[in-house]
Amino acid sequence: MTAVLTPDSIPRLARGMKLREDTARGQWVVLGPERMFVPDEIALEVLRLLDGTRSVDGIVDELAARYAAPRGEIAADVASLLRELAEKGVVQA
Amino acid sequence: MNAIIQPSDRSPGPPPEPPLALLAELTHRCPLRCPYCSNPVELTRVAAELDTATWARVFREAAALGCLQVHLSGGEPTARRDIAEIVRAASEAGLYTNLITAGVLIDAAMMARLAEAGLDHVQLSVQDTEPGSAERIGGYRNALPKKLACAQLVRDAGLPLTLNAVVHRQNLDRLPEMIALALELGAGRLEVAHVQYYGWALANRDALLPTRAQLEAATAEVTRAREDLKGRLVIDYVVPDYYAKRPKSCMGGWGRRFLAVSPAGRVLPCHAAESLPGFDFPNVREVSLREAWENSEAFNRFRGTGWMKEPCRSCARAEIDWGGCRCQAFALTGDAAATDPACGLSPDHALLDMAVREAAASEGDFTYRVMGAAPQKA
Ligand code: SF4
Ligand code: SF4
Repeated sequence: MTAVLTPDSIPRLARGMKLREDTARGQWVVLGPERMFVPDEIALEVLRLLDGTRSVDGIVDELAARYAAPRGEIAADVASLLRELAEKGVVQA
Repeated sequence: MNAIIQPSDRSPGPPPEPPLALLAELTHRCPLRCPYCSNPVELTRVAAELDTATWARVFREAAALGCLQVHLSGGEPTARRDIAEIVRAASEAGLYTNLITAGVLIDAAMMARLAEAGLDHVQLSVQDTEPGSAERIGGYRNALPKKLACAQLVRDAGLPLTLNAVVHRQNLDRLPEMIALALELGAGRLEVAHVQYYGWALANRDALLPTRAQLEAATAEVTRAREDLKGRLVIDYVVPDYYAKRPKSCMGGWGRRFLAVSPAGRVLPCHAAESLPGFDFPNVREVSLREAWENSEAFNRFRGTGWMKEPCRSCARAEIDWGGCRCQAFALTGDAAATDPACGLSPDHALLDMAVREAAASEGDFTYRVMGAAPQKA
């Protein structure tokens, strides 16, 4: 089962997934077994905050501070983004 | 001097987009003898294989060219004694490093060395879930228990695992068991790959082509399992050409996404391209990977859409499937520039239906792959 991500869980890139700069194309990519994808700006920002110590809450705090945006909105966006990435097998708790 | 314009004298345009992945076929040696092996029917011998330093250079050139991933394949890549050094070189070049293996040669010590060298992922093939059948299909004794042990070693090393099940008439009915096995082994992904019919597999087509009923059951099973196992197991599955109405975009288009390097160093747009006649494929012993990718006649010949004939030339899908597979077109029609007969619009499409009917009426005997002999029915 994919563990459900709660505000306290510490998400990280799933085993075998790598976030890497792709200098030939001037972008960042997530590399995994037999697939790769180019995260959009927001996903990239969240992925780069997955340092193995930050919780979901911590990520929301960081982004709310960066963008001076309402915390509730950001929390909802981050939760749905992480859920999507977890379903794709990119992120795990 | 003659004034014939060689196909390579193209008007200088922008260089092609960089490739995403390199398939490194390290060796044709393999302890197994699968009757659908995608290696060419003329297998390269060990003395002609590229050495470690050359592979290391190829990996650096691939990364500089824009490749992000390398698939270390064969034959059986772990049949090379320098496999850990090769993994290290690929990983140090910055490539996502995937080992495609039959698993029977990997013991705990080797797995530890591979993981330490920077391996990112292992793709383990299984021939069947029924031990006797697995043994018969791979032509190798006790293959399945060895593979299960290998899967455990991969897990113990903390590496992600993909199970690769090559499916055909003689094992497709056990797809539910294959899915269960993938879960049991802790694989994150299951690749259900239908046999591609050229080379050894074409010689065995009558024994391997699934029936339509089998195929429909399998497709339904995959659909069900994908829904049930969401978030636990990713299942890759593509309907095989012989039952499709439109061809697959083979390798994402010739010279568009992938390049392969053969054990002897030939640079190929697809691992099966050596089966095509009339090509002078560049060799990494003589040219850089960039030169091969950007300027060689072999890569430019079927790149893009300019080479296409009808019905592809005026088809709206020309840049979606790129006319399908060149190797299949050649294998079935004798013309590598023909529309892939897998396409319903191809004048040769009836060949596939005929093959399906013939296969349904035939016995299931195999022609096993061997070094130094073209396929022959026993
Ligand atoms: S398909 Fe079978 S024989 Fe060919 S390389 Fe893979 S395991 Fe070996
Ligand atoms: S005619 Fe050619 S381009 Fe059109 S669908 Fe068939 S193979 Fe693809």
